[in-house]
Amino acid sequence: MHSIIKGFKRAFFLIVNLDAELLGIIFLSLNVSGVALIIATVVGLPVGSLTGFKKFPGRGLLVSILNTFMGLPPVVVGLFLYLILSRSGPFGFLALLYSPTAMIIAQSILAFPIVASISHSSIISVDPIIKQASMTLGATPFQVSLNIIKEARYGIMSGIIAGFGRVMAEVGAVLMVGGNIAGYTRVMTTTIALETDKGNFELALALGIILLTLSLFINIMLHLFQRKEMIRAGR
Amino acid sequence: MNFHLTVSHIYKSYNGNQVLEDCSFSFDKSGIYILMGPNGSGKSTLLRICALIEDPDKGEINYLSGGSVLKKDIELRRKITLVLPRIGVFNTTVFKNIAYGLKIRGITGNEVKDRTYKALECVGLMHKREQNALTLSSGETQRLGIARATVLEPEILFLDEPTAFVDAKSKKIIEDNILRMKNNGHSIVIITTHDRVQAERLGDRLLLISEGKIFSS
Repeated sequence: MHSIIKGFKRAFFLIVNLDAELLGIIFLSLNVSGVALIIATVVGLPVGSLTGFKKFPGRGLLVSILNTFMGLPPVVVGLFLYLILSRSGPFGFLALLYSPTAMIIAQSILAFPIVASISHSSIISVDPIIKQASMTLGATPFQVSLNIIKEARYGIMSGIIAGFGRVMAEVGAVLMVGGNIAGYTRVMTTTIALETDKGNFELALALGIILLTLSLFINIMLHLFQRKEMIRAGR
Repeated sequence: MNFHLTVSHIYKSYNGNQVLEDCSFSFDKSGIYILMGPNGSGKSTLLRICALIEDPDKGEINYLSGGSVLKKDIELRRKITLVLPRIGVFNTTVFKNIAYGLKIRGITGNEVKDRTYKALECVGLMHKREQNALTLSSGETQRLGIARATVLEPEILFLDEPTAFVDAKSKKIIEDNILRMKNNGHSIVIITTHDRVQAERLGDRLLLISEGKIFSS
């Protein structure tokens, strides 16, 4: 118990004093997860829109695969990427293993099915009358699709936030392909795992508190945004 | 009359239930056509087919201008507008709902503002322009639908039961707007309604739809 209290005290000291190592780890985490999320959104939203708007052979299978991959084990992604990025793998010549780029790829793969699948569900949930109304007002098929995406925006945003939560909390994949190299690929989750192993609970706790605070902050922002919109819409 | 619509031998059925059967008519005079008939007689179906939202099983819809048949492209679609019984409110402000049709036509700046404000005035929703359109009452929502369509100044306006389930005030505003459109120019307005008094008050031509066909009365 004493060590836990001591750990918390030290953690607050590190946070309050903006420890350089701590800041570096936080910024790298946000950087890797932020870029991964942008990639996952840029790819996931069109895929979710395609499966939401178009009927094509294999659509049901694709949606089922996306739903299944929402729960993709990070270590499996890590293993898969490790094999293809390792020196003897097909993309070994790119020398990406143990780099932030490899971590971004891993997190993009993890976030993509979440963004795509939740975008798909949000788009198909939009009242079909919106499509008809847009058409009657002279919208082109592309403009109709854009309007439906706009109507589904809060659902899509929830998907993006869920994707962000997933990649920020993830440890297995980034540890395997990033290697947890200090000052280069060490992010919050991998540091927590490493420092706990070493018995250095202060830094681990400080990062744990920051991770939880960030997660709480993002969720509060989302909740406030959605509540504001619901009030505006009189719901 | 330059712009007009011909309906030729239209057939349409849903799940084996024949709604329209060899339905033909020519809407070739400007003014207000009133389409009446019992529930399920095919009034709304005919309107959706004419507005190019739905395809008939058989038969043809043709829009003609200056004697030639117009291609059913986006340019033609933008000359006609249908207001559905449930108008399909977009989850944004009243102003943006009305401006939507103008913006997707590439109209920008002050013209959007001026035309939208004018439409807002006409339907008495100016004071609610910044309010989310989903919060409007059913009467106000129907007025929004009318404004969203009339702001586009269509050649042909289809109104599917525009005053069903609305209060007296909204009904009067909607009817005034329909009459204004008629008095303004050469537009054709085609309205479905069950209200015989309204039909006589607004209509230039009264049509009856029965057994899948249109009859002049």
